[in-house]
Amino acid sequence: MVLIAEAPIAAETVRRWLPLAQDGLHDPANPALRLLQEPSVALSRLPSDRVGNQVNWVAALEGGHINPRTNILPESRVRMIDLDILLNLRGGTPIVRFPHRQHTLWLDCSNCHEHLFKSKAGANKFSMERILKGEQCGVCHGAVSFPLTACERCHNTPRNKPPPAAAVRGS
Amino acid sequence: MLTRLIIPVVLGVALVTAPAAAEYADVVLNKRSEKEGVRPVIFPHWFHRVRFRCKVCHDELGFEMRAGANDVRMADIVNGKFCGMCHNGRIAWGAERCDLCHSGKTGLKSRVYGGHETLGPGRW
Repeated sequence: MVLIAEAPIAAETVRRWLPLAQDGLHDPANPALRLLQEPSVALSRLPSDRVGNQVNWVAALEGGHINPRTNILPESRVRMIDLDILLNLRGGTPIVRFPHRQHTLWLDCSNCHEHLFKSKAGANKFSMERILKGEQCGVCHGAVSFPLTACERCHNTPRNKPPPAAAVRGS
Repeated sequence: MLTRLIIPVVLGVALVTAPAAAEYADVVLNKRSEKEGVRPVIFPHWFHRVRFRCKVCHDELGFEMRAGANDVRMADIVNGKFCGMCHNGRIAWGAERCDLCHSGKTGLKSRVYGGHETLGPGRW
């Protein structure tokens, strides 16, 4: 069996985060800078990743390392669904198995539907070029969620394996 | 011959002068700040997502998922909109703590910073 997966991070991998005063954005002359939390303080205790903030944010949430608030307004409906969609069914690269569950842990349906993606399976035409330009998945991936250099995290299902029954076939 | 020399030099300078490593997904908001005489705002996604899920700001608070697309004014924040839904002295520090948010170097352009640049969010 061939598994497409990233090599696990070696336990001895040392993660480093630059101090705010050296990050090129914060003004070191700002007297309030010392009051701000340093990334190393917040992030060093969270599960590792090789990319982005060097934090596997989904693992951080699922492992109970963090419990970020789902809503501020008491009347907000917190919507989550567990439904995988198979995408890129006719492409040359491995199939994309898109998990709604991990996305709705963080996001509301309205963040993607219907303006970025139609809800109807098969109704969306995906384009890596558009994604790399910051459209579609690229609104978040490449900006705040894991970057587009981690191809195999989305293109995660070998084409020669029968698609899992629990997934809906998209475009 | 000249181009063979110039291209590596230009590339070298570009690499050396590239911005220091901002944390992934740090956002600079500077549509108005500097014109109004304060430092640009640095919004660190990492700090916020430890405490809030994306949907709180991008659904409940109404922030568009595109740096520079949100027309945020201090008056809105003071009146409890956008950042002010939390930065009110109850959930998070209040709007009178200017320097905690307006903490950026002058001259920064509004956009997403922090590496892994594509032609997308980091270049808008």
